[in-house]
Amino acid sequence: MTEPTAVPPADMETKKEGRTRLPSLLSGPAGRNVGLVLALALICVVGVITGGERFASIDNLMVVLRLASVIGVLAIGMTFVITSGGIDLSVGSVMGLTTVWATTWATQAMADDLHWVVMVFTAMAVGTVAGLVNGAIIAYGRVVPFITTLAMLASARGLAEMISNRQTQRVQSDAFIEFFRLEPLGVPILVWIFAAVSVAGWFLLNRTTFGRRTVAIGGNAEASRLAGIKVQRHTLYIYGLAGLTAGIAGAMMLGRTTAGTSTHGMLWELEAIAAVVVGGTLLIGGRGTIVGTVVGVLIFTVLTNVFTINNMSTSAQLVAKGAIIVAAVLLQQRFANRSKST
Amino acid sequence: MVTGDPTAPLLEMQGIVKHFPGAKALDGVDLDVVPGEVHCLLGQNGAGKSTLIKVLAGAHQPTAGTIRLDGEQIRIPHPVAALEHGIATMYQELDVVDGLTVAENIYLGHELASAGFTQRRQAAARTRRLMERLGHPEIGPHQEVGALSAAGKQVVSMARALSRDARVIVMDEPSAVLDSGEVDNLFRVVEELTAQGIAIIYISHRLEEIRRIGDRITVLKDGMTVGRNLPVASTSTDELIKLMTGKDVEYAFPERPGVPQDAPVRLEVDGLGLGDTFRDVSLTVRAGEIVGLAGLVGSGRSEILETVYGARRATAGTVTLDGRTLRRGSVAAAVSAGIGLAPEERKSQGLVLDEPVYRNVTLASFARMARAGWLDERAERKASQEQAAALDLRPRDVERSIRTLSGGNQQKAMLARWLVHGCDVLLLDEPTRGVDVGARSEIYALVRRLADAGTAVLVVSSEIPEVLGLADQVLVVSDGRVVHSAPAQEIDEHQVLDLVMEGTSA
Ligand SMILES: Nc1ncnc2c1ncn2[C@@H]1O[C@H](COP(=O)(O)OP(=O)(O)OP(=O)(O)O)[C@@H](O)[C@H]1O
Ligand SMILES: [Mg+2]
Repeated sequence: MTEPTAVPPADMETKKEGRTRLPSLLSGPAGRNVGLVLALALICVVGVITGGERFASIDNLMVVLRLASVIGVLAIGMTFVITSGGIDLSVGSVMGLTTVWATTWATQAMADDLHWVVMVFTAMAVGTVAGLVNGAIIAYGRVVPFITTLAMLASARGLAEMISNRQTQRVQSDAFIEFFRLEPLGVPILVWIFAAVSVAGWFLLNRTTFGRRTVAIGGNAEASRLAGIKVQRHTLYIYGLAGLTAGIAGAMMLGRTTAGTSTHGMLWELEAIAAVVVGGTLLIGGRGTIVGTVVGVLIFTVLTNVFTINNMSTSAQLVAKGAIIVAAVLLQQRFANRSKST
Repeated sequence: MVTGDPTAPLLEMQGIVKHFPGAKALDGVDLDVVPGEVHCLLGQNGAGKSTLIKVLAGAHQPTAGTIRLDGEQIRIPHPVAALEHGIATMYQELDVVDGLTVAENIYLGHELASAGFTQRRQAAARTRRLMERLGHPEIGPHQEVGALSAAGKQVVSMARALSRDARVIVMDEPSAVLDSGEVDNLFRVVEELTAQGIAIIYISHRLEEIRRIGDRITVLKDGMTVGRNLPVASTSTDELIKLMTGKDVEYAFPERPGVPQDAPVRLEVDGLGLGDTFRDVSLTVRAGEIVGLAGLVGSGRSEILETVYGARRATAGTVTLDGRTLRRGSVAAAVSAGIGLAPEERKSQGLVLDEPVYRNVTLASFARMARAGWLDERAERKASQEQAAALDLRPRDVERSIRTLSGGNQQKAMLARWLVHGCDVLLLDEPTRGVDVGARSEIYALVRRLADAGTAVLVVSSEIPEVLGLADQVLVVSDGRVVHSAPAQEIDEHQVLDLVMEGTSA
């Protein structure tokens, strides 16, 4: 697959002739994904050795994929935001808000009258609006994304608590629950949704004007503006898209847990960002990869799974995850520095 | 080694080879420099000049070759080593840190310190002295560099080179962002330095500068030395151009066919103003006409272009294109109405450096080439390749990242962007900055062809001969006002300079 990063890092210095082949191969876009897949494979090998049957089974695979799906959808939206040079810290709490909003008494009553999809659309609409609010403040209010979305992180969580009164809101519609229990071809519907969002995201980033604008703005916002790209409007859309994915993830979360609560999605923004960055999207913008993000999400989920199978404490898991994030970012910086030195 | 020169060489580079993945930038270059001379390095865009000096500066490691200083072989594994050997470099692309002050920039990496505390007072005093020496006492040590003009940044970069006790100072196209007054200043400093026995390696595409200050010339072509230690005084311009390009190039401006009286007015600017940067600028450009804005750097010419383009929001006046008034402060409106701008600072304003050449070329038009939001990359590649061929882009490969192109070729890619987009009004800010002689006349011819096809062109250049030679009508800008307007044939360089000076002193 051709990623938008079809150019090797510009200034790959030929330091020692013999050493260059492998690194220069691995530093290419395909190579970077190969490297990621190798890392994933390595974790799987460890899983098989330590967990045996408990790890290497279809059932466990489906568990892993199902867990990866919700965070994966968030990460796809996040890939666009980061590629454009921004950051969205609010997706986790916005997702929580959407689960609450979609399960209020009023929404469920309406869903009861019409169709359970009303809940899904409500979640998507709420997420999109929250994203657009972020985008409007960032693009037109010129507040930096970090602060804007940090504020949204707090307010969305607070709003969710106010609406739900900090109560867990059960999903009443059996049809809704039934739908999210479907397993077409033996694969859970959540996984299908994740796959569909990823494919759509890949096309959007690599094959459409939307994606090209995103990369261009992340690479050089001023040059993009001077070339006639409406940078502000596009920024608005990008955060709207991130909000939309938070809404989709919210609906999926409802399907998985059959309940809406303001605590859903706590700290998930960090996991999404970590998966995106580990996947190879540049934190400074200008380069993004959906394939990398998907693999990044899988790496984290499989890792958690292996840890859990081995009864590792959650605290130790956190430490291990932190180490992985730092290692990935260090690697990335080396590439970034190289291409800047000319 | 006996070279037959009266003085022993201070610096010798021999058989320098530098390979990049997929590109051979240097393929056996020799250069030797004697103390106290101005050694000019000539060559077309992409010939390898910048790469050579980056090897000398320790920014690149050569694949092969030797470097000798005072006859002793040295290695330059990193930039600090170069400075320790007394080799200071002013890079082609400005390398100052915008967020730091002037003094902090100058002493970046060799901060004046005692016991770990930086000596701010001393650094400031020395900075003031350096600035005076460079003829810019108005640039204070505590000013933030980001707020300076491009020329101001260049001065800071030069001060930094001077602040080192250098024996060799390399200047990669220092004059590109300077106007004639500033260039005089630069040359005065260069003469001072050479009188102290410091050697200067000077890169420029302006042959007249080389005639003024150069002693000897080394010519590069396709990464090889093709002319070595040619004395400036006895080498003709034709000979140099022939060495550089391998063919005879006519170094002339295209003919002016004359704009017919009844040609419609394309661009009309009326009473345009931008705060106190410039005010009351009115001008018209007719279809097929090239209008040039001459003036000093900092006189507001670039700002005028950017305001016409909507990149800055005008505080007064209107811009009218083919009878329709444009919305203020909207680049998108200007572009869709058919205006294009090739901005002054390529790197920060023009290029998405890590993207391939073709995506930079189609940055303004990929959306139009797309079908219902789906990119048509094949069409993009094809259009870019056509322009690459038409402009003789080197290398021709449009897939490589634009960062790896030489400065002049990046400029051509900027022009290609608007050629692909096609526009009715073209605004060019320093269109030949960093462009070699051969490509220069190609660009002049191209701009003229565009005009002949009905495009209205508004061009800003710090090189007065360029404005006079290329434009039909010349406007002299001084201190944010248009002080004079005349057909290009009826005004000469001295008059323009006089007008500029009058304007500033008034
Ligand atoms: N980092 C890099 N990776 C690959 N190729 C490179 C890199 N840097 C330079 N090149 C190539 O090396 C050649 C020489 O470039 P260089 O910048 O030295 O030219 P130059 O003589 O300084 O040109 P100009 O007058 O336009 O500044 C060019 O073909 C360029 O594309
Ligand atoms: Mg150069």
